[in-house]
Amino acid sequence: MTTLAAMRESGSAQIVLGLLTGILFGFLLQKGGATDYGVIEGQLLLTNFTVLKLMLSAVIVGMVLFQLLKHYGYANSHAAHGTLGSNVIGGLIFGAGFALLGYCPGTVAGAVGTGALDALIGGMIGMLIGAGLFADFYPVLKTRILTSGPFPAVTVPEFLKLNTWVVILVLEAGMIGFLLLLEYAGL
Amino acid sequence: MFGFLTETSWSPYIAGAGIGVLSCLALVLADRPLGCSTAFVKARGLIGMLISADRTKKMEYYQDIVPQVDWAFMIIPGIIIGAFLSSFLSGTFHVVWVPALWGSVFGGSAVLRIVVALAGGILLGFGARWAGGCTSGHGISGSIQLSLASMITAACFFAGGIAVAMLLYRVIGVL
Repeated sequence: MTTLAAMRESGSAQIVLGLLTGILFGFLLQKGGATDYGVIEGQLLLTNFTVLKLMLSAVIVGMVLFQLLKHYGYANSHAAHGTLGSNVIGGLIFGAGFALLGYCPGTVAGAVGTGALDALIGGMIGMLIGAGLFADFYPVLKTRILTSGPFPAVTVPEFLKLNTWVVILVLEAGMIGFLLLLEYAGL
Repeated sequence: MFGFLTETSWSPYIAGAGIGVLSCLALVLADRPLGCSTAFVKARGLIGMLISADRTKKMEYYQDIVPQVDWAFMIIPGIIIGAFLSSFLSGTFHVVWVPALWGSVFGGSAVLRIVVALAGGILLGFGARWAGGCTSGHGISGSIQLSLASMITAACFFAGGIAVAMLLYRVIGVL
């Protein structure tokens, strides 16, 4: 465990790890089809369900794995309190950008790697401008909107007042059932 | 033996499972959720430091998210390299200005596509920071951690995305 703590605190190790994590992530996103404009826009038009299949598979595997890692002390929960003002409004603004651009913050970088210049010139530069604008407005938004309408709980088990593993079992069954339904419907 | 690396695509279930494992690895090795929008704040802050270091250092947001080259920053160059390797190995890398689906409805003008993509990118960057994360940070890593806020955020990403995509392709596109 001391090696793990040392690795987390080493700046240079983290830079190399970040790059390697990104490379694997980009590779998997591209192989999974999620760096393609048509695939992402197709998901939002509900004609192509590749993005949802990819995301739900990641969550199905990760949810159990994370809980085991946390149980044995290898990982910490970073789940934080959310609000209507931050998560719902921000999420809807994000969604509008998602549809206009046809990529999300990770897949826009992946699309650049496959040669998409609209992702580079439009998407990445737009994101830099958008992030900068948010930094400008942050002091005002922070006190007025971002903290308004806090959610009643941090995690789903806390919200439902149920045992963590019971919630995981139900969510896993729901996600797997949904994917089976998609396949059954031929989507 | 390594033939799978040159395949054009993998089943989204396999690639997705890999992303699930990778997201957990990030939480173990970096003690951070695997997100992509923080890197854009850091990059924008670094550009700001070049233009006006004093002004940038004073801004509250860059005190919370420090503009520096670190784990979160390196994710984006990593993704570009990883996606390039994947598409190059399978022979699908190609330089394109206008995606095929866009072109089939809105024509081949690169200028129109870039203007709309830029507007989308601005909203995406602004919205991601407003919501405190993106499709991977909230949608995958947050959901993995059973975060209520992350699952609600991911639902809003898709609700807003589906509404605007339908408006774009099913209303404006057919005019």
